[in-house]
Amino acid sequence: MASPRTTSPRATRDPNTPVTNLVLLKLLVSARLRSQLAYRGSFLSDVAGQVLLGLTEFVELYAIVHNVSTFGGMTLAQTLLVFGLASVAFALGDLLLGETDSMSETIRSGKLEVLLVRPLPVLLQLATSDFQLRRVGRLIFALAALAAALLLTDIDWDPAKMVLAIITPIAGAAIFCALFLGAGAMQFWILDGRQFANAFTYGGRYVASMPGAALFFPIQIFFTFVIPATLVAYAPSLVILGLDGPAGIPAWTGWLGLPAAVVLGGLMLLLWRAAIKKYTGAGG
Amino acid sequence: MPIIEVDNLSREFQIMEPVGRFRRRKKAVHAVRGIDFTVEPGEAVGYIGANGAGKSTTIKMLTGVLVPSSGRVTVCGFNPVPQRKALARKIGVVFGQRSQLWWDLPLQDSYPILGAMHRMSEADWRPRFRDLADQMDLGEFLTTPVRQLSLGQRMRGEVAAALLHRPELVILDEPTIGLDMISKEKLRQFLDAERRDNGTTLLLTTHDMSDIQRLCQRVLVVDDGAIAYDGPLTGLAEVTGAVRTMVVDLAAPVHSAALFSLPNGAVHEGIEADGIRHSVTFDPRRLSAATVLAAISSTAEVADLSLHEPDIEHLVRQLYGRARR
Repeated sequence: MASPRTTSPRATRDPNTPVTNLVLLKLLVSARLRSQLAYRGSFLSDVAGQVLLGLTEFVELYAIVHNVSTFGGMTLAQTLLVFGLASVAFALGDLLLGETDSMSETIRSGKLEVLLVRPLPVLLQLATSDFQLRRVGRLIFALAALAAALLLTDIDWDPAKMVLAIITPIAGAAIFCALFLGAGAMQFWILDGRQFANAFTYGGRYVASMPGAALFFPIQIFFTFVIPATLVAYAPSLVILGLDGPAGIPAWTGWLGLPAAVVLGGLMLLLWRAAIKKYTGAGG
Repeated sequence: MPIIEVDNLSREFQIMEPVGRFRRRKKAVHAVRGIDFTVEPGEAVGYIGANGAGKSTTIKMLTGVLVPSSGRVTVCGFNPVPQRKALARKIGVVFGQRSQLWWDLPLQDSYPILGAMHRMSEADWRPRFRDLADQMDLGEFLTTPVRQLSLGQRMRGEVAAALLHRPELVILDEPTIGLDMISKEKLRQFLDAERRDNGTTLLLTTHDMSDIQRLCQRVLVVDDGAIAYDGPLTGLAEVTGAVRTMVVDLAAPVHSAALFSLPNGAVHEGIEADGIRHSVTFDPRRLSAATVLAAISSTAEVADLSLHEPDIEHLVRQLYGRARR
């Protein structure tokens, strides 16, 4: 006898409702959330750990700025703006696609095959099956840092700057999503590529959250025009704060975040498709 | 129209082989070499072979996980890899070693998600789920998180998950591995009923001969990437000259095999437990179990007996031996 208990909080809905993408997405994400809440203690300590991690990162920046008064031409409050924008972007990207990080494990354990025999894109399944709620802790901290920065800095707001301030975290999140996707795709070729891939994702975050002027010139170019990490927060911050950028990151690059996200995202999606094709071609 | 059509299918892998200390050389390994077979709707086919014979590779090519090196595969009218998602709606796949259930959630929570993935409305999947839960006795552990289920319970849950969308073809890779007798039997009964009632086609790989005996009218034996036998199970035993083994426990010890006047075609294999336990093999086409038992009983009182069918490894080994001679 099947249990009469309802399996989801959907009992009041018409059972004939066709399954739309939205319904499916809701189901997938809610399943993921409930999975994580299954271990309440570890969930809470994870959230706390993520907040602490963000705090440590900030203390590190603070220690530098405190001693040199300006860091890459920025005051503490201005540095905080860069840090806040970068952290929000990274937290969002990590929340959505952070689990592509452990792709090599998914491949090795054979879990990928299970995903492949379902009638859904693998990427959608990965994004929802590994929606890491604990990373919300990092997002909360990042938002707090961003709010504090906006209060502490003197910004001469105009409509263009407001638009940029709204676009920036979204474009930044998309850039990190693309980096995570690329990191995941890379692990189809380099099976032990997790550390290598982390250099781009976590390394990108590190670069994104510091004033780019503090970087060595060729590094500025690399992290602006190859891996667009400075476009996530530093370059737009220059525009918002009305500052001039260093030679490798001129202030006009502040508007490049969104186009960079679109281009990088497109490229990484192609790489991802090639990766799946490589897998079905070679069988892991 | 056949549900599975495999035509001169081959798959090779490139592996890197070390040459000397630093250099490596590419080497081609042929996992599947030019196999042909077709499966008609409603058939139940056992796909057997030793480890590394090419079973998993074939299954991956059938389910769209792996592209063939050459040859053609059609499953449910689809070309598996390019039409992977369309195919996924028509087939159910159970990997004995991997789970497709949501590990941390109660078992019952996986089904609404799977139903939605197959675009089934609640009115569509719910009755089917009740049916499956009913037939496989999932009721008492539906609210238990999957990670806390026993292997047998989980396997039943997995099979229900693979069948929720009423697939035309179910592919099971080692579905009974590690299960106890009762769980195995429940699973087999269910699969057999599913096939009879809904015409679902079954293709399963297994190491357990009784899975094949209970479920499949047809066996495909793959050896070294090629089909070594395709036909009914009884035929397989005939081809290989398989023998059955009778094990008897006597009421009083008998220490010499010579004391039994066994009929022609029966061979005394050994004595255990200080003369209490004797095993005798015989050819089932020439002798009945009753004849053998009568011969033993005429010498000593039989307290207990069991009959053993030839095991799958043995049959397959015999078959390989024949094919290679």
